[in-house]
Amino acid sequence: MITIINYGMGNLGSMVNMLKKIGVPAIVSDDSEQILKAKRLILPGVGAFDAAMKAINSQPKLYEALCEMALIKRIPVLGVCLGMQILTSSSEEGELKGLDWIPGKTKKIPSSDNIKVPHMGWNTPHDVTENDLTENLETAHRYYFVHSYCVHVEDSIHSIMRVNHGIDFDVAINKENIFGVQFHPEKSHKYGMQILRNFSKL
Amino acid sequence: MITTLRTRVIPILLLRNGSLVKTVNFNRFSYIGDPCNTARIFNDLEVDELCLLDITATIDNKPPNFKLLETLANECFMPLSYGGGVKTVNQARTILNIGYEKIIINSEAFVNESLIGDLADIFGSQAIVVAIDVKRNYFGKLKTISRSGTRKETVDPVAWSKRVEELGAGEIIITSINKEGTWNGFDIDLCKNISESVSVPVIAHGGGGSIEDIHNVVNKANVSAVALGSMVVFQKKDMGVLVNFPDEKKLRSGL
Repeated sequence: MITIINYGMGNLGSMVNMLKKIGVPAIVSDDSEQILKAKRLILPGVGAFDAAMKAINSQPKLYEALCEMALIKRIPVLGVCLGMQILTSSSEEGELKGLDWIPGKTKKIPSSDNIKVPHMGWNTPHDVTENDLTENLETAHRYYFVHSYCVHVEDSIHSIMRVNHGIDFDVAINKENIFGVQFHPEKSHKYGMQILRNFSKL
Repeated sequence: MITTLRTRVIPILLLRNGSLVKTVNFNRFSYIGDPCNTARIFNDLEVDELCLLDITATIDNKPPNFKLLETLANECFMPLSYGGGVKTVNQARTILNIGYEKIIINSEAFVNESLIGDLADIFGSQAIVVAIDVKRNYFGKLKTISRSGTRKETVDPVAWSKRVEELGAGEIIITSINKEGTWNGFDIDLCKNISESVSVPVIAHGGGGSIEDIHNVVNKANVSAVALGSMVVFQKKDMGVLVNFPDEKKLRSGL
């Protein structure tokens, strides 16, 4: 069972849909009581960094439940897209402090004539580290991205996939029970399914 | 360093009263089949993205068919865009919540320009695509056409592209009405004109009939993506319906 946190940031329909497809029971919840009973958490997110942090900070019970599960009970947590960015300490997109569960910062992707921002479309990661989340990946794996800010972890030991879009940045990260992916596994065909399947087995 | 982002090749499916059709020069409807089955096949073919356009919603003054859109989204594990009859922020929100990534605006932008900015402010530019349909007249002049090919607009396509980018469009899909459904290749000059005038990604549509056509427009017109209609729903020109996708190796070798 996976609990998808509904804190008002972005559509969750596609995520529920893909988990259903791979036979993983999932619920969508904003209820701290329910979150405290979760086995695995997905922290989604589409939108702006500060909007996401404001949404979490404005619900103290939700925030406490998240910290309890992620940091004390240490159940597997997966941040997706903006949900990964808020795992870092800060973002150039906003002023608010992130959750700071994985040491790192979120920065603007530099654009140029050849490099369009947002980084939108399908990209293939490099520097893929062997990890519970990266098991049984296909060689020609690719993932769908849509983002203008990117994560740089402080210690490369926490990076499990990187991608190049003008510069290199971290697109899958992990520290202990906390995971993050910058791409949208729920929109990345069988490649994304494999990531979610791996997460559902943790 | 350059990006490793791949060039998107996007099937476009045309909806008409709940069925899939294909047109030639925005006319001559051929019936293709059930949209859900077709979407499922494109999902199995692992296409980069799927674009759904309801080509009669605006002219019949109907809202998007949300129920059908939801059924379609349930079949698709790739990015989805939808256009046709979207006039309000709430309609856009419903479609995004169902599981679509992008809302495509065309005719409504000429009536209510501020819709683009309103949508971009709330959902982000990446979620807002503006579709521009273009007809080349007898003298080779480019004309902007709205309402499924039925209404001439006064603004020229290049100026309109710049304007919608300014308003907040995150992407522009440019369709050549003269080329649409012909299998004769893309209007490379048109696509190049647009892609050189804006900095947002441009999707070329209309005329794609072979892998070579796709390579040509990507390499000569500097577009970020290519949309295909006839080529992915028919066996060959003037032949029967066959939902298909170009050979991945051949396709990627020239992109």
